[in-house]
Amino acid sequence: MILQRRKERIDRPIKAVTDDIFCLSSIREISYLVIPRVLPIAAILVLAFLVPPYWKKVMVITFIMAMMALSWDFMASCGLTSLGQALFFALGAYSTGAVNHYLGLPPYLSIPMGTLVGALLSTGCIFPALRLRGIYFSMVTLIIPLMLMRVIETTGVLGGTEGTRGLTPLPGIAFTMTVSMAALWATFFCLRRLINSDYGLIFLALKDNDRAVEASGLSILWFKVQAIFIGSAVCSFSGAFMTHYYMSVGMSAFALDLSVFPMAASVVGGMGTLAGPLLGAMILGPLSEALRSFGSFRIVIYAALLGGFVAALPEGLFHYLARKYQQIERWVEAPSGISED
Amino acid sequence: MLVYGFINSVILALIALGFSITFGISRVANFSHGGFYVLGGVLTWYFLMKLGLPYFAAAGLAIIIVGMIGLLMYRVLLVRLRGLELSEVITTFSVGIVILELLRSLGIMGFEYRTPVFIDESVEIFGVGLGIQRIIIVGAGAVLLVALHLFVHRTRIGLAFRGVAQEEHTSLSVGINPDRISMLSLALGSTICALAAVLILPLGVISVDEGYDILIKALAVCIIGGLESTLGVLVASFIIGYIEAFTSMYISSSLVSVVPLASMLAILLIRPSGLFGKSKEIEERV
Repeated sequence: MILQRRKERIDRPIKAVTDDIFCLSSIREISYLVIPRVLPIAAILVLAFLVPPYWKKVMVITFIMAMMALSWDFMASCGLTSLGQALFFALGAYSTGAVNHYLGLPPYLSIPMGTLVGALLSTGCIFPALRLRGIYFSMVTLIIPLMLMRVIETTGVLGGTEGTRGLTPLPGIAFTMTVSMAALWATFFCLRRLINSDYGLIFLALKDNDRAVEASGLSILWFKVQAIFIGSAVCSFSGAFMTHYYMSVGMSAFALDLSVFPMAASVVGGMGTLAGPLLGAMILGPLSEALRSFGSFRIVIYAALLGGFVAALPEGLFHYLARKYQQIERWVEAPSGISED
Repeated sequence: MLVYGFINSVILALIALGFSITFGISRVANFSHGGFYVLGGVLTWYFLMKLGLPYFAAAGLAIIIVGMIGLLMYRVLLVRLRGLELSEVITTFSVGIVILELLRSLGIMGFEYRTPVFIDESVEIFGVGLGIQRIIIVGAGAVLLVALHLFVHRTRIGLAFRGVAQEEHTSLSVGINPDRISMLSLALGSTICALAAVLILPLGVISVDEGYDILIKALAVCIIGGLESTLGVLVASFIIGYIEAFTSMYISSSLVSVVPLASMLAILLIRPSGLFGKSKEIEERV
């Protein structure tokens, strides 16, 4: 008989206590629960205001991209895997540019309006594809932004390739930082609460078993429209915000990075958790800034990370870390013939 | 116009065929199609211009290498993710991006990157001057179709292909290894893709953005025709090919690239499963 080894995973006692008994009796137990939640928030807060000015800009961009990653993850949890997240970003960016440029509204009006208009437009653009599911949906979302780009290029609507320039800037870096961080946390906690509510359960069911949704007398299409609207509103806000941040909007709003980044962040961080994409974005954002000198080679690194993580660590970093935090792992000897998994 | 529309359609069909074959057999949507296409072109160019190989050796070598890459992609990456559609899509997409952006950062751009036509002459058909290359494309397309048909319907491995395409579990129980067949189907798909690149690219310049275009076109054609249906791919490519030709002739040549999107959205609204989609697909796609 050959003895094989397998990995045994046992919950740490403290996890069992804090999970099941719901009575926190010591500082140790409280900190076991609170530290992993509060520490990142505090760390980001401190870091954001302490780093030198150049890296503050990087942080703002990272926050905005993290929001796109959250939105991607939210949509993926609803079974709507988008390969063209840039579409939502660009529509938000272009509509904000238009509102600010043609109507002359200040940023505190044009950003909300741009977000709303962008989200409505995105939902309209995606609507024909909503009856598809799985890969078919992904295929169409890949095509639509690339095609829309051509339409804007050839017809010149909304300022065409050049886009609009000379938009109102946002006041000061401290303000920008505060708003973007607040928006990020608001998005994160709202989406998490939404997903955990009864209403969010329907969204999760869209992915797992949409027949069950239909059998419960709920319209699949209508709930998909709502999911897209919520997801694209987040992205549109990112676009709207970045438009005013850069003071211009152009074809770069459709750039491939914007589609690949949210995906890469979610996959690296761990899909379906919302915290995972956040973690992924916080890693990839500064990383991509550090790699700026490589030019378009950056996308190669993103994409390689994406493929590598999908194949090698499909659960993502967040799940991996959570497991390490909550469980004891050890190798035990198992008689052959009994296989784990 | 009619002739150009016809050739345009054949080109579209050639592009879409590789994608549809892979998807039809193994249900892997190969989003790295565009990457393979450009890679095929670049490799041919490299072998031809830098290593000075004769044309057919260069093209053949490029086609084989791309086929091998497709095979390896399945063997190394996709085999772990079998059945997880989402992960498959992300993986193939990222492989495609890696190929394309790697080529971009190596500086594949501009006029020097073009493969020569086979025979640089032209003939007149129905009063239209035509390069021999375009005729070769049509001929090769026809030959390829016939060969594929024979291969799938007359050989044992073709039978296995059809078996896996229809019912994976049953084919497993009669001794066909679906993993092996899927691997081969990916190799076949990428081979056809590279072949298309070798045939079509002499008409234009090799550029990285072409890769994304090709992917869009292949997807649009496949969605309109109904994925996995070869007949559907043919019909759809003729529809799009002629609409494109009409648009560039009578409306505006700058609108040509919008045509596939518009027709795709229209088809999706009317018939979500595509023109020749089967009922099974309708069920899958709600």
